[in-house]
Amino acid sequence: MLTDLSGWVIATVAVLGLLSVASGVAVFVVDSMARATFALLGSFLAVAGVLLAFDLVYLAVVTALMMTIEMAIMAVFMVMFMMNPAGLMPMTMVHNPKGSAVVGAGAFVVLTVGIWTIDWPARRGQLPTDSTRQLGEAVMGSHMLVMLIVGIGLFATILAGTVLATARGRYDRFGADLAARRPDDPVPGGLPR
Amino acid sequence: MRETATATLPEAWGVLPAVLAVALVGVGLGLVVASVDRAVLAGRTRGAVLEPLREGARLLLEQRRTTLAPDRLLWRLGCVAVPVLALLSLAVVPVGGRTLWSTSADLVWFNAMEALLWAAIWLVGWGPNAFHALAGGYRFLAQGLAYELPLMFALVTVGVAAGSLRTTDVLAAQDGLWFVVTMPVAFAVFVASAAAFAFWGPFAAPTSADIAGGVTSELSGVDRLLVEAGRGVFLGATAAMAAALFLGGDSGPWLPGPLWQLLKTLAVVTALVWVGRRLPVLRPDRTVEVGWMVLVPLTLVQALVVAVLVLSGFYA
Amino acid sequence: MTAELVLQIVLTVAAGLIGVGLFGALSQQSIVMVMMGLELVLNGVLLAGGAAWFSLAPELPDAQMLAVVALVVMAVEMAMGFAVTIAIYRARQVDMVDMATDLNG
Repeated sequence: MLTDLSGWVIATVAVLGLLSVASGVAVFVVDSMARATFALLGSFLAVAGVLLAFDLVYLAVVTALMMTIEMAIMAVFMVMFMMNPAGLMPMTMVHNPKGSAVVGAGAFVVLTVGIWTIDWPARRGQLPTDSTRQLGEAVMGSHMLVMLIVGIGLFATILAGTVLATARGRYDRFGADLAARRPDDPVPGGLPR
Repeated sequence: MRETATATLPEAWGVLPAVLAVALVGVGLGLVVASVDRAVLAGRTRGAVLEPLREGARLLLEQRRTTLAPDRLLWRLGCVAVPVLALLSLAVVPVGGRTLWSTSADLVWFNAMEALLWAAIWLVGWGPNAFHALAGGYRFLAQGLAYELPLMFALVTVGVAAGSLRTTDVLAAQDGLWFVVTMPVAFAVFVASAAAFAFWGPFAAPTSADIAGGVTSELSGVDRLLVEAGRGVFLGATAAMAAALFLGGDSGPWLPGPLWQLLKTLAVVTALVWVGRRLPVLRPDRTVEVGWMVLVPLTLVQALVVAVLVLSGFYA
Repeated sequence: MTAELVLQIVLTVAAGLIGVGLFGALSQQSIVMVMMGLELVLNGVLLAGGAAWFSLAPELPDAQMLAVVALVVMAVEMAMGFAVTIAIYRARQVDMVDMATDLNG
């Protein structure tokens, strides 16, 4: 088990870090919305690579998994809602770019000054032999409350998201007096009902 | 829990030979899929191995045709990503009882490579700036959303029974009994999902004839070769993974281990191709609900059954 | 010493991601692009959590839990963001934040 990173791992981490920031910048620079979405995915994958170098295999792989699915869906929404999804007619859709740039750069400068001036504490303890097991035991043991709340939050998100996104309620599906035996759905879906 | 001291392939053979060997295995698996497919289609085995090779060589030499205002960068990226992801997913599939890369989250890695395929296929559909290709890409996403959760629960079931997400631990946990006996639903869902993410057989709607070939409609030359080869390798890699996760991998009497694994993989490949070629293509809008309403609860119950079996000490 | 240097480098990268994301979230007009900016900010948080775990206290799972929570927040943000976008577009054909000014007193 590695306890300290070798030189070339540090170099890889630095390159991946640069890559993640560069693709993050590309998100707001490129004209094509499809390219912007996949630039964001590139940023996530670079971060996943850094996590992999830190021996956080599960977190790295789950990041790649979740973010890929998210970005694939994001691409669909981008094409759906943006006026110029392919970037064939470049246009800028920004407001207050100067103020935003100042805020963004300000946040970066403040954080960076803190990062390089703070006297960081020495590392406590050794790397566990299996970081995935450490996380799993925390989820089911010492940090169970976090997972319980996360679970309830995700469940509430599923309900709220469905309610907000759907335009058809039960009166649309089953009639004004809810008397219809079969729901009147525009797309049948597949199951006999 | 179980602590297996199995070395990874690079530790046993050195990094470069191991990577080359796994890549070769991947290409071989893809060729096997193509050959079996050719044999099933033609009804004879003569020329079944040579014809895919000849077709591949033809595609290599064919001149690319292009479309009006394509997004070349993303198109090429998608085409290259398909076979690369297939080979990467093979990194955690045991070859001769060892994997190229052994982590504490192998099963999630396999799943992640399959999820990255979503992005790749959508890009292949988006790139050429053509209607039919993009429609195929959207169909793949819709289908993917429907099979993703059942597939994840099937993988979780395996992980629960083995007490580990490491493929070699899963192999070791099947010493006494193959997992397919106690988790038939998970096995069926896994194999069906394999067909679905290679958009094969009944799940071929993203490339079906009603949209003129869908995502593959504008592909030519090397691009088509890459995508079709990636499909084959993915199908083969998933069959090998199914053999390892549910059919005991390389365990079996009399014959040496690798031979058993080869036989099991071949059996799964043949079943996938043979059944896939005999079923009609399913319309996503008429079938995806099955994934959400039937398969998700079914795989959850399967996971519950396995969890209870684990608690009762059945797998110990 | 290496551990501290790695921590500082990676945290700087995380700060960069947060800065770029903040710029995007504040400057973009399209709702979907605003969400991408927020995702970048959370990406930075995720990276910082991983770096803190590795360089400060790998014995404790707390930093890993922080990264998990960041991932969950990203998922919630995406789901609710898309739901709200669909709802507001359906109600008044609005797909840009500048047009959603009903609550502007």
